Amino acid sequence: MNKTEPELTTWAIEVEALSKSFGNNRALSDIDLKVGRGEHVTVFGPNGAGKTTLVRILSTLSKPSTGMVRMDGEDIRSDPAKIRRRIGMVSHETFLYDDLTVYENLKFYGKMYGIPSLEEHIHEVVSQVKLESRLYDRVGILSHGMQQRVSIARAMIHSPSVMFLDEPEVGLDPRAVIMLRDVLESINTPERTVVMTTHNLKQGLEMGDRVVILNRGKIVYQASKGDIDMANFPEVYEHYTGTAE
Amino acid sequence: MKGSVGKIFTIFWKDILLEIRTKEIITSVLVFALLVLVIFNFAFEPETATMGLVAPGILWVAFTFAGVLGLNRVFAIERGNSRLAGLLLCPVDHMVIYWGKLLGSFTFMLAIEIVVTPIFLALLNLPLLLPRLILIIVLATLGFTSVGTLFSALAINIRARDIMLPILFLPIVVPVVIAAVEATVVVLQGDPWGDMLTWLQIMIAFDIIYLVVSTLVFQYVVEA
Repeated sequence: MNKTEPELTTWAIEVEALSKSFGNNRALSDIDLKVGRGEHVTVFGPNGAGKTTLVRILSTLSKPSTGMVRMDGEDIRSDPAKIRRRIGMVSHETFLYDDLTVYENLKFYGKMYGIPSLEEHIHEVVSQVKLESRLYDRVGILSHGMQQRVSIARAMIHSPSVMFLDEPEVGLDPRAVIMLRDVLESINTPERTVVMTTHNLKQGLEMGDRVVILNRGKIVYQASKGDIDMANFPEVYEHYTGTAE
Repeated sequence: MKGSVGKIFTIFWKDILLEIRTKEIITSVLVFALLVLVIFNFAFEPETATMGLVAPGILWVAFTFAGVLGLNRVFAIERGNSRLAGLLLCPVDHMVIYWGKLLGSFTFMLAIEIVVTPIFLALLNLPLLLPRLILIIVLATLGFTSVGTLFSALAINIRARDIMLPILFLPIVVPVVIAAVEATVVVLQGDPWGDMLTWLQIMIAFDIIYLVVSTLVFQYVVEA
């Protein structure tokens, strides 16, 4: 086997003994997690559990204090730019420029990803999030729900194989959450690996093949969807976190 | 390499477009620089010998403090909506982001100097076109913005960033400002090229040091 090629693996993401500290505060402690290609994993946890820190490390935005993260068998720190090409991220923050139009924002990010036939891609992703009529409006005048849909289009512009969704529904009204869920389900294709963090148990259970509960920086529970009693899951969540949804 | 240059210009053009829309940097910095010149003009009589000695200082005080004001905004526009995270997620070397932002801050500061300098020269009854002064301004602005862009990124996560940026940044950039003031004295007094050569060499040396160090250090500044 060519030594420069990554070892063939069925795992899209492998996390081994991952820890992260901020000064004396340990945000993540000995996390071991494997996510299969095309698998959709939902990470639940109360505020401060370490969900965002985990997603920031997986997406190369933050460095772990100790431990290893591999994506498709490659250490994500060996060539972060190459890894980032495979990653899309939607957070409760949109990463968008309010004073640019939807089109200008998507064009900017598309150029940064070096997308060929960018115009075609922009129209494709905008139609996926159903915002064709707002393409030339400034992002700042759109509602938060619409901005979040533009943010999904931004994350989709380079057709990533791995998508991180970090509490995308935060700050949205119930109607916008339903709209967002429809859009997220449309991008949730079987080929795409998705890791989503959320407080919303119902949405998380619907979208995930596997569920992980993170509490105080540790994985305290994980189970496949088939093994979960949906009706009793709120009690399970409360048992492991000490807090209700 | 070609791809990186294209992405540097993509970031630069995005910043230009945002500035055209908001006019946040140009308006505030230009007004501040002009205000400094006008106030000093009232303090010193234009025709006196004292003015000849203090004029270079006045010009560089205006550029330095106006520049700090502008540098505060360079990365501030990436703070809202976690836009810096969006930039850092792009599949580019972080030095591409640094050079894109540097190109923007260099252009904004140069644009302000293009407006302010002729007004300054007119107030002093000096010729409006001084090629040697243009060279000094370009070299000093390059040094100023190369290290200033790095410190602007450093200050983005500091709570008292408006105060901390000048405190951290000005001691570092002092050699370039001093060299610019001394070289400007030579130009305004009409002394020969040879007299300003040392100051030009100092500016070129610091420009190179600042550019190389800032390019290498930038990724550690923006990565948590």
